[in-house]
Amino acid sequence: MAHAHEAHRTSMGLDSRKMAFWAFIGSECLLFGSLISTYLVYKGRSLVGPYPHEILNIPFTSFSTFDLLMSSLAMVLALAAVQRGDMKQGKLWLLVTALLGLVFLGGQFWEFSHFVHEGLGLTTNLFGSTFYVLTGTHGAHVTVGVIWLLTLWIQALRGKLGPKNALTVEITGLYWHFVDVVWIVIFTVVYLIQ
Amino acid sequence: MSEQGTAHATTGTYLRIAAVLVMITLIEVGVFYVPAFQGVLVPVLLVLSAVKFTLVVMFYMHLKFDNRFFTFLFGGPLLLGIAVVVSLLFIFYGAVRLRTGS
Repeated sequence: MAHAHEAHRTSMGLDSRKMAFWAFIGSECLLFGSLISTYLVYKGRSLVGPYPHEILNIPFTSFSTFDLLMSSLAMVLALAAVQRGDMKQGKLWLLVTALLGLVFLGGQFWEFSHFVHEGLGLTTNLFGSTFYVLTGTHGAHVTVGVIWLLTLWIQALRGKLGPKNALTVEITGLYWHFVDVVWIVIFTVVYLIQ
Repeated sequence: MSEQGTAHATTGTYLRIAAVLVMITLIEVGVFYVPAFQGVLVPVLLVLSAVKFTLVVMFYMHLKFDNRFFTFLFGGPLLLGIAVVVSLLFIFYGAVRLRTGS
């Protein structure tokens, strides 16, 4: 198994997995850029309610934002622990990151349920369509991230994750932090700038 | 040290960055509720959001300490994405102005 953990260097001396993952994150910028554009060009164009100012809950979403920021902190602490070989701390922080991700997803589920109860469906108006597609795509990314984190945590529990796999944890962290920065933009563009 | 052989930030730095991120979020929400800021709300929120974005990318995603090529791989598409957003807004609102004559 030892050879499987060796870094795959490119001619630039960089790890090919990390380089490929940064390129993937770059492509994700374009995906979310197009979804945010769509939300913005249809902003204020809904002919029927509910409208954003009637339905968006800023205090609740602020808590979700805080939760996701803290999950990013937990993720870097998990990576730092794995890199220095402290797997007890590494397992703890990986689990904390995944749990904070689950709290965010629970909040999004509650928010969507509440909005549907208030009469805002996917096809109710332009706000509903663009809001659900944008935040739903982000939520799908968070879901993938939580599954990924829990998979790593289980690997760590089984003793299959150690300092040699630090790059795997680092790449997971890159994905998780990207999900966080996308939410930083969504929180501002969708929730605060109404 | 990462597998790339580059230094990462310390735990203390990570905690300080987290504190700054939380403070900026509190300022964002505070600004949202203060009527006096309504006139400059959009630029203020965009700047605060950009600061948070940059802090996470530089310190938590380690771009500040990593190889510059990763910055290029991320920054290039990011700038392209921002250009897409701005262009579409100009095209859409330009078309609306032409249609309404305003």
